[in-house]
Amino acid sequence: MELFVNQILAGIATGAIYACMALAIVMIFQAIDHLNFAQGEMAMFSTFMAWQMIQWGVPYWGAFILTLIISFAGGVIIERVLFKPLAKAPVLTNVAGFIALFAIINSVAGLIWDFTIKQFPTPFGSSPFLGSQLISTHQVGMIGVTLGLLVALFLFFRYTRIGLAMRAAAAMPESARLVGINTGWMVALGWGMAAAIGAIAGILIAPVVFLEPNMMGGVLLYGFAAAVLGGLSSPFGAVLGGFLVGIFENLVGTYVPGVGNELKLPIALALIVTVLVVKPTGLMGHTVVKRV
Amino acid sequence: MTAMLTVKDLRAYYGQVQALHGLTFELAEGSMTTLLGANGAGKTTTLRSICNMVRSTGAIEFEGRSLLGRSTENIVRLGIAHVPQGRGTFTTLTVEENLQLGAISRRDMKAITSDIERMYAHFPVLKQRHTQQAGTLSGGEQQMLAVARALMLRPRLMLLDEPSFGLAPLIVRDLFRILGKINREDKVSILVVEQNAELALEIADKAYVIETGRIVMSGPASDIANDEAVRKSYLGY
Repeated sequence: MELFVNQILAGIATGAIYACMALAIVMIFQAIDHLNFAQGEMAMFSTFMAWQMIQWGVPYWGAFILTLIISFAGGVIIERVLFKPLAKAPVLTNVAGFIALFAIINSVAGLIWDFTIKQFPTPFGSSPFLGSQLISTHQVGMIGVTLGLLVALFLFFRYTRIGLAMRAAAAMPESARLVGINTGWMVALGWGMAAAIGAIAGILIAPVVFLEPNMMGGVLLYGFAAAVLGGLSSPFGAVLGGFLVGIFENLVGTYVPGVGNELKLPIALALIVTVLVVKPTGLMGHTVVKRV
Repeated sequence: MTAMLTVKDLRAYYGQVQALHGLTFELAEGSMTTLLGANGAGKTTTLRSICNMVRSTGAIEFEGRSLLGRSTENIVRLGIAHVPQGRGTFTTLTVEENLQLGAISRRDMKAITSDIERMYAHFPVLKQRHTQQAGTLSGGEQQMLAVARALMLRPRLMLLDEPSFGLAPLIVRDLFRILGKINREDKVSILVVEQNAELALEIADKAYVIETGRIVMSGPASDIANDEAVRKSYLGY
């Protein structure tokens, strides 16, 4: 029983990270109808920047905030430079763009910081939480920061004018232009926010998976699984999907014989395929009906 | 009366296909002008050209400023509200959010709040449904919402694309009565595109008849309504 509870809690903790990645993926998908395959690499690069700042003596939370700001600006710049010109290009051109971005960021990170794994600090410590062996303080920190982020995002989209404008631009771009919204900048803003959310995910997961240029590969895959499970058109679904995938991953790894740690990754792929076959809109997504 | 909007030799293209062949017309400040014509004559394209939503050449001037080459959102910010065909409702957002979006380019928060109340006074049904998803409204209610959303911009000029489309005759009457009131009392100039020529001529003061991308007839709305030959050959009633 204790093992079961332990796995559930650990699943929620890593699920929080998947939820962040899924949210970042969904935000960009909503804005431009494409999946950002480079989302994980962008997060990894942000995490390296945070690590570098901490190495230079910047306090943890200072580095955290600075990294978010730089990542936001980086996301906006990537959209302006690379994807704005591709806005009307065919799907495959965009996919090529994402893969190029993936390769470039990965290689540049390796060039600057090399491919050896590095320790990443946690401000929460890794002792047992409240004396309980079930969950560590860092895992509680992961969950706490993620929940704080989700509340902040909800308030932003629900109650601010710019959040409303972003929702309108994502839902119906042409109508949004007709009320005077600069939809191009709303897309760029979505990229910036997705980059910052990804950075949070990277910084929080780095103490667990260790810092190196390929650290986000598996995480991104689970993020995709979470986004597909929740429904690519629903930010809430993405978050829910993230937590569910985290729990599912841990339980299967523990209880299904022969899966263990090594075969966990194919589970994400199996989940993606299953959802797409059984319920393509995901748990909370809706079917997009297009008039022709 | 001075011209608020002047359109000269307007040509518009969808890819290789030319939809407008040198359209020239003007709209006087404070007027309600209607563009009439059959399906495919180029009425919708004309409105889309004004808001730079289709590739066009020629000259379009609004209060002395040239519109060609400006982005759609900048044209809207000059005070031109466009209610497109299909109404442009944000169907997944609430009625109130739709109204907020109409005023998204304004900065005067207090006036926006009071304008929303004013819209609820104009269209009481919208107040009843203000937390409802706009997509769940009936066709008539959605058209009311579209007009209200356009007015939230405090526009100088309103472009309406077939406001009567898909509505029951009684609701259409009601809508046109409200449009007339907005035109007179709020001093909003209106350019309305209609297939329901009879009704449009009743409330407009000036009319242009378009056929295959050209103006073939223009004059005071009452003259055109009384000209039987024009009515029979172009307007079909």
